[in-house]
Amino acid sequence: MKVTMTVNGKSMSGDAEGRTLLSTFLREELGLTGTHIGCDTSQCGACTVHVNGKQVKSCTMFAAEADGAEVATIEGQANADGSLNVIQQAFQDHHGLQCGFCTPGMVMAAASLLEQNPKPTEADIRHHLEGNICRCTGYHNIVKAILAASGQEVPAVAAE
Amino acid sequence: MPKDGIGASTKRREDIRFLTGKGRYTDDINLNGQLYVHFLRADVAHATLNAVDTASAQDMQGVVRIFTAKDFEAVGGLPCGWQVTDKHGNPMQEPKHPIMAEGKIRHVGEIIAAVVADSLEEARDAAEAIVVDYDELPAVIDMKAACADGAPKVHDDLTSNLCYDWGFVEENKAAVDEAFEKAAHVTTLELVNNRLVANPMEPRVAVGDYAPHDDSSTLYTTSQNPHVIRLLMGAFVLGIPEHKLRVVAPDVGGGFGTKIFHYAEEAFCTFAAKQIKRPVKWTSSRSEAFMSDAHGRDHVSKIQIALDADNNFTALRTDTYANMGAYLSTFAPSVPTWLHGVLMAGNYRTPLIYVNVKAVFTNTVPVDAYRGAGRPEATYQLERCIDKCARELGVDPAELRRQNFITPDQFPYATPVAVEYDTGNYHATLDKALELADVTGFDARAAESKKNGKLRGLGIANYIEACGIAPSNLVGQLGARAGLYESATVRVNATGGIVVMTGSHSHGQGHETTFPQVIADMIGIDASQVEIVHGDTANTPMGMGTYGSRSLAVGGSAMVRAAEKVINKAKKIAAHLMEASEGDIELKDGQFTVSGTDKSVAWGDVTLAAYVPHNYPLDQIEPGLEETAFYDPANFTYPSGTYICEVEVDEGTGKVEVLNFTAADDFGNVVNPMIVEGQVHGGVGQGIGQAMLENCAYDADGQLLSASYMDYAMPRASDLPMITVDHSCQTPCTHNPLGVKGCGEAGAIGSPPALVNAVLDALNRNGHAVDHIDMPLSPSRVWTAMNQ
Repeated sequence: MKVTMTVNGKSMSGDAEGRTLLSTFLREELGLTGTHIGCDTSQCGACTVHVNGKQVKSCTMFAAEADGAEVATIEGQANADGSLNVIQQAFQDHHGLQCGFCTPGMVMAAASLLEQNPKPTEADIRHHLEGNICRCTGYHNIVKAILAASGQEVPAVAAE
Repeated sequence: MPKDGIGASTKRREDIRFLTGKGRYTDDINLNGQLYVHFLRADVAHATLNAVDTASAQDMQGVVRIFTAKDFEAVGGLPCGWQVTDKHGNPMQEPKHPIMAEGKIRHVGEIIAAVVADSLEEARDAAEAIVVDYDELPAVIDMKAACADGAPKVHDDLTSNLCYDWGFVEENKAAVDEAFEKAAHVTTLELVNNRLVANPMEPRVAVGDYAPHDDSSTLYTTSQNPHVIRLLMGAFVLGIPEHKLRVVAPDVGGGFGTKIFHYAEEAFCTFAAKQIKRPVKWTSSRSEAFMSDAHGRDHVSKIQIALDADNNFTALRTDTYANMGAYLSTFAPSVPTWLHGVLMAGNYRTPLIYVNVKAVFTNTVPVDAYRGAGRPEATYQLERCIDKCARELGVDPAELRRQNFITPDQFPYATPVAVEYDTGNYHATLDKALELADVTGFDARAAESKKNGKLRGLGIANYIEACGIAPSNLVGQLGARAGLYESATVRVNATGGIVVMTGSHSHGQGHETTFPQVIADMIGIDASQVEIVHGDTANTPMGMGTYGSRSLAVGGSAMVRAAEKVINKAKKIAAHLMEASEGDIELKDGQFTVSGTDKSVAWGDVTLAAYVPHNYPLDQIEPGLEETAFYDPANFTYPSGTYICEVEVDEGTGKVEVLNFTAADDFGNVVNPMIVEGQVHGGVGQGIGQAMLENCAYDADGQLLSASYMDYAMPRASDLPMITVDHSCQTPCTHNPLGVKGCGEAGAIGSPPALVNAVLDALNRNGHAVDHIDMPLSPSRVWTAMNQ
């Protein structure tokens, strides 16, 4: 079937079977490979996107379910001039990524958190990221990056 | 010094593509005419494989071809890169490791057949129609049971399930035993180093391609070392010479060791693409990753320390059973031996050491190197046993360690287990960690916890590791079937920009940022003028790749050597341009000057002259400015440090919470502090994961019980604390040009014993006399230990 959705502000269409997941559709049909697939049980969060403004693991819904929806992915997060947005910049400034594979999901999750809770505590951030697994950073610098992106003081940690 | 030179926390340039969704990982690669493969994998651990009937599957929609073991009769098995010699001088038992199960299934997840189809869905559907005729056999899972007389054999053509029985140093054994007889005190501890799955967030992927016009093959793969894969797969498995085989490892989403090894799926995709003459792609699902990525750790050990009446360590002996799984993965035999036994001295002066390791075949996924590889297992035994010893003797665990430290004036220090530590200062990292962790304030914090009904504990662990692996001639004597140098080509362009082609591979470590910092420092140009190329055998010199915290120590050293050659030649050109003597030329801040004069030419003038050699000493030197160096280290490097963990235990539930974690490391010189700290955070995160959460579990029949993130507990953000790190204690490596030691594995090595020691401290100081709890310290295990 043909599925059409607005992705990062642009109308995009592609073919999907009934069983095609949104994550697969974004990657294989629309060529948006920034959304990553790190597991097959909806645990890792690497495929996190926004659907109609809500944070969604794109492997938890079928592409057909997103027909007509507004979808935001990592490819649409930078500022209009191509520079990094506040969250992306904070991830770079605070070394909140290493291999980069979980990063798109982390950035999308962080964006959703800050929209709901503009001044989260460290505990709020850690709680919100429970559905996003990172194997490289120990989360330390991801937490710092999100605190910084919210305009708050980043906790002083020795030698940093 | 340029602003982005050595010592600067330069932000990572690679982040831009990763943060905007423009990374290029292997699964992002799709080739014209590409087919997809789905592997039918064994769902039993041990069986006689009678027949694989693909007839009805073959006719299903979209199926192009189905492969079984018969298709690989003319193909070699997956090679093992390290041969260990046992304590009797005999080579280890080395079974064939076929691409697909041949006549017998030996572990859950082993490949039985491969369906290549137009789409992945069609390949999966067809695989369900394959009929496998097998007779299940009793499985061997427990290592000691596998070694018992009459145990079922994993490999019928071997004499037993024992791969090797290794003794080190065998000549010392009698002296060690004698020291134990004379000891004033002996501490004994039996422990398990739990089996783990590395779990880089990017699952493995392989895309094979074949070009009939020149009979060449290309493999895109998620590898830490594309040249190693090219050599192993080309020479030993498929018989493709290197000049007809290209291996590309583009952006790789984490490795942690498990992407070092050569896997059947890589060979399959390369082989099938050539057979079918279309590209063939495999993307691992996470469930497949759990049953096909090499696992880590899985040691069962008994360690004993002997002390004299003054609490000096006089001898140490350990007996370890090390699980190899069903087949020997690429470097598996080296992990419990040369990466484990030779580290058993730790940070201490123990004069007599004997290590025995029995490597055992079982009906489980092969086990190989995982972040730290052998060194975490050694450190865990030693640091847990010393802690138990301090408790038995009623002495401060920090002071018992300090008393037995190798002292700063004893370096270089030759241990009784064959390695020579070049530098270190263990007192300095211990003091730094004790200070940063505010150990003097612990009692007050513990009293506060008690008021809240929680048991507070503090645990210390020191570690030493051997990194930057290592001199080729030494590892060759120890059984390595490869060299362990690294390479770099420094190509200077006419207008002064530089491309460094390195044999190291970055899969999160930030080489694209840190390597240019070194070049910028040497030449005095901006780091943005330097680009790093890695991960493609077609455009990098033969290199051994990235693992064992070796990239900067070995690969960085190769780059420095190549850059030195470039600078030496550039000085000759500059001397000619300024009509001066070469010996008088100095390079600073991107300017060549004649010493003691105001004559100078810029870096760019010299590089232009090299490529437009109109005014040039053509009778003395060639045009161009490009040099290659291969660097083979003189020794390992020996990072060390002290880790302190502070926990609270809920007495009612056994739940452990990590409150504070402090890491004081000695990595020698540091090029980019931000990146070094990030490596420690990540390593500590994995170490806390091992100690508290992660466990790869099999049942007695060999079924993998933890084959998804539903069952294998990965550390999440809410499980980990902020981590205090320090790398100010620096004793630079004496034998590499950068004085660096490597920082990638330290966190995963030092943290498990620190955490377990902290939990046992919490229990024992609150009236629960518990000697040991095996990892992971889940609430049920801790509660049971308190209430048994």
